[in-house]
Amino acid sequence: MTSAVRFKNVCRHFGAIRAVDGLNLEIAPGEFFALLGPSGSGKTTSLRLIAGFERPTAGHIEIFGERADAIPPYRRNVNTVFQDYALFPHLSVLENVAYGLKMKGVAKKQRLARAEELLELVQLPGYGDRSPAKLSGGQRQRVALARALVNEPKVLLLDEPLGALDLKLREQMQEELKSLQKRLAITFVFVTHDQGEALSMADRIAVFNEGKIMQVGTPEEIYRAPRSRFVADFVGSSNVLPPDLVERLTGTRAWASLRPEAVRLVSRGGHSATLVSSSFLGAQRRAVFDFDGFQITALLAADAKLPEPGKTARLAWGESDLHLMEDEPVDGPEGAA
Amino acid sequence: MSSAAAAILPPRGGPSGAASDAFWRHPKFLLLLLLTPPLLWLGIIYLGSLFALLAQSFFAIDHYTGMIDYTPTLRTYRELLTTPANLDIIVRTVLMAACVTLFSALIAFPIAYYAARYARGKWKALFYLGVMLPLWSSYLVKIYAWKLILAKEGIFNWVLAKLHLYWLLDAYLSLPVIGGNSLSVSYTGTFLVFVYVWLPYMILPLQASLERLPNNLLEASADLGAAPRQTFWSVIFPLALPGAIAGSIFTFSLTLGDYIIPQIVGSSRLFIGQAVYMQQGTAGNIPLAAAFTVVPMVIMGFYLWMAKRMGAFDAL
Amino acid sequence: MRSDPNARAPLGLKLAAAAGLLFMHVPILLIFVYAFTTEEKSYQWPPPGFTLRWLEVTWNRVDVWQALWLSVQVATVATLLAMLLGTLCAAAVSRTRFFGRETISLLVILPIALPGIITGIALRSAFSLADIPFSFWTIVLGHATFCIVVVYNNAVARFRRTAGNLIEASMDLGADGFQTLRHVIMPNIGTALLAGGMLAFALSFDEVIVTTFTAGQQQTLPIWMLEELVRPRERPVTNVVAMVVVLVTFLPILGAYYLTRGGDSPAAAEK
Repeated sequence: MTSAVRFKNVCRHFGAIRAVDGLNLEIAPGEFFALLGPSGSGKTTSLRLIAGFERPTAGHIEIFGERADAIPPYRRNVNTVFQDYALFPHLSVLENVAYGLKMKGVAKKQRLARAEELLELVQLPGYGDRSPAKLSGGQRQRVALARALVNEPKVLLLDEPLGALDLKLREQMQEELKSLQKRLAITFVFVTHDQGEALSMADRIAVFNEGKIMQVGTPEEIYRAPRSRFVADFVGSSNVLPPDLVERLTGTRAWASLRPEAVRLVSRGGHSATLVSSSFLGAQRRAVFDFDGFQITALLAADAKLPEPGKTARLAWGESDLHLMEDEPVDGPEGAA
Repeated sequence: MSSAAAAILPPRGGPSGAASDAFWRHPKFLLLLLLTPPLLWLGIIYLGSLFALLAQSFFAIDHYTGMIDYTPTLRTYRELLTTPANLDIIVRTVLMAACVTLFSALIAFPIAYYAARYARGKWKALFYLGVMLPLWSSYLVKIYAWKLILAKEGIFNWVLAKLHLYWLLDAYLSLPVIGGNSLSVSYTGTFLVFVYVWLPYMILPLQASLERLPNNLLEASADLGAAPRQTFWSVIFPLALPGAIAGSIFTFSLTLGDYIIPQIVGSSRLFIGQAVYMQQGTAGNIPLAAAFTVVPMVIMGFYLWMAKRMGAFDAL
Repeated sequence: MRSDPNARAPLGLKLAAAAGLLFMHVPILLIFVYAFTTEEKSYQWPPPGFTLRWLEVTWNRVDVWQALWLSVQVATVATLLAMLLGTLCAAAVSRTRFFGRETISLLVILPIALPGIITGIALRSAFSLADIPFSFWTIVLGHATFCIVVVYNNAVARFRRTAGNLIEASMDLGADGFQTLRHVIMPNIGTALLAGGMLAFALSFDEVIVTTFTAGQQQTLPIWMLEELVRPRERPVTNVVAMVVVLVTFLPILGAYYLTRGGDSPAAAEK
């Protein structure tokens, strides 16, 4: 089956800056795919390469099996929801949504009727006459979505789609985007720096750092089995244990990650550690222990019986919870996140 | 919903589709296409003429035949800088420009300060137009207005006569240098018109810089026990200075190069602009005229360099 | 210091600001009074009487009409040229980052930053070197050169406000370069261009210093005025023309102000 989007050794360099450096990636049709990474990691440039706002300096990009590197954005059946929505200020909401059809030469009556349907799809029926400037952030986001969907793209690109919204709205939009994607069965590719957003929405995630992909996988794979310290650090708040300690625990010299929620408090056996501090989070309690000179964070039940700070407790975790990573086993700076 | 559609659309037909594709593939080409006409225009017509003029200053006129001798020489510059009359002209012009600049700043400050810090809503718009309209009204009409005001039978003398202050004017006019037979043929008259005509150029950048002055800075200063006078000199003045310097670029440069104002309101003693005009016109000495124009260029070059170092360009 | 924006200004500041504004406006208002005076030979104040006669006399003056017509033609052509060149330059400078952007901005501003007499004499000596006789086009050449900056300033400010991603959004939705120009770029910068054009027109219509060097024997309205100032012939006619000139230049300025209100620096600090 052909990929919806395929990067083959793609580079995009700006002078000495390697925004995207030797990228290989395949996104399957119908997938909800997240490009996750810190700012400047190359995720946005990758999105712009798919849209056609940037051209690769090397390698090539295929969209549904067709070479796209030399195709301008207006000839790609790919549409974008921009981070700041980029709604046309001189057009009404309805005209904004109908813009893509107008450029295709669709007759006025049809295109306005179709735009109205799209506004209903994003739950803004009857907003067509307003000016984009008169809408709230969440409403603008919906208009941008309707505008991008009007041309029935093969791939929809979303650049930090929820970045500008407040927390409650963000959660609601996450659900809506997911169900919309299921319903339309269009390939969604979205860029985010928020790991929680990526984990909860995406079918698969590519984690970016410094222009390269560190790991591709389902949210579970990425979360449970980070391949490198960077991924373990960036996705969630894993304890990263250094090779010295891991060698003592397992006999294998390697970096390892240990999820805070995998750490349990036991009365016998396990490992002895000193409580440094703890804080109440509502449903849970977070405790930081000193274990052989390394800090280990544990997420415990809210009613967990903790000793006084400075006193020892016994910690345990399942053998499979200690996940060995592929980094070179040279000791880096000590301590865990 | 879109499985049947192609992912890549075919090229659009016609030359516009092809051109559009080409511009996207070669953005540098588009840039070149955009830049070529204005650069050619400014480069050839403007810079070309300017360099031709500069080049002429390195020739000299043969005083016997009145013809230009096209061998490169610094003779014209020597003539410019060693003739006392020419030096007088330069010093007079620069002094005038300095006085005009200083006075414009003094008059401009209260207007700019009020408009920037107190005027709100309708008043703000009114202040803005109140500065813009004089700025853009006809230069010659503004000079003409002053000719009306300063005329012997004009409004200025009429007001003085009504106030029985005529003796004051007489006393003022009897002063050396700044006085004269009447205001309209004195340096004072020239000075007044210069200040009047260039004042808006000072107000706008000054106002812009005062508007950027954060309120909490003034509060902090007052909070720390500074008297209004101290706040002015230690907080407002240093921050408004770049704006004043930006404005002074205009007042200074415009005064240096003007030849019409001193010709219409003023004594018969020449300013640089007039000297250039006469040398190229009646005297037919283009090289000397060219050398004269180099003076304001050098002064302004130096001035701009200083202004840039003091951060005035951010206030423009 | 009164730092609260709602505080009342000190009386001294108020008076000084009011006096400054009066200083700027009273001379222009005087022009309106003098246009109706019955006095013919001098600038007598107060005017001995008022009449509308000079309006009629001026209306019938062929030389005034000719000068006005030439000025309008020059300003129109120079404005169109400046709008074209200024917009191209602004588009290039704001669309892409490239080496030498600062230099281009400087080059555009230079004709207005250097004293007009330098531009004027440079053009005149270039014309004589190249054996170009004075004509309508020599005047236009000079005017268009210093009008570019006004259009440029207005256009650059608006381009900056029109986020670059509007253009990307348009292309993303299937509009090619020309469609984007027509449906997104022009509607968004149109008013700024119009405002720039109006200011350029006012600037050209009023220009005298450069024009004295590039006009030869032709008379634009400012040149006509200058002649009257240096060698007064019929003062009342000059009074009326002065009033008309003020009125004619105010209209585009007010127009430009209303077009660029709310946002970009209207009307550019440098005239």
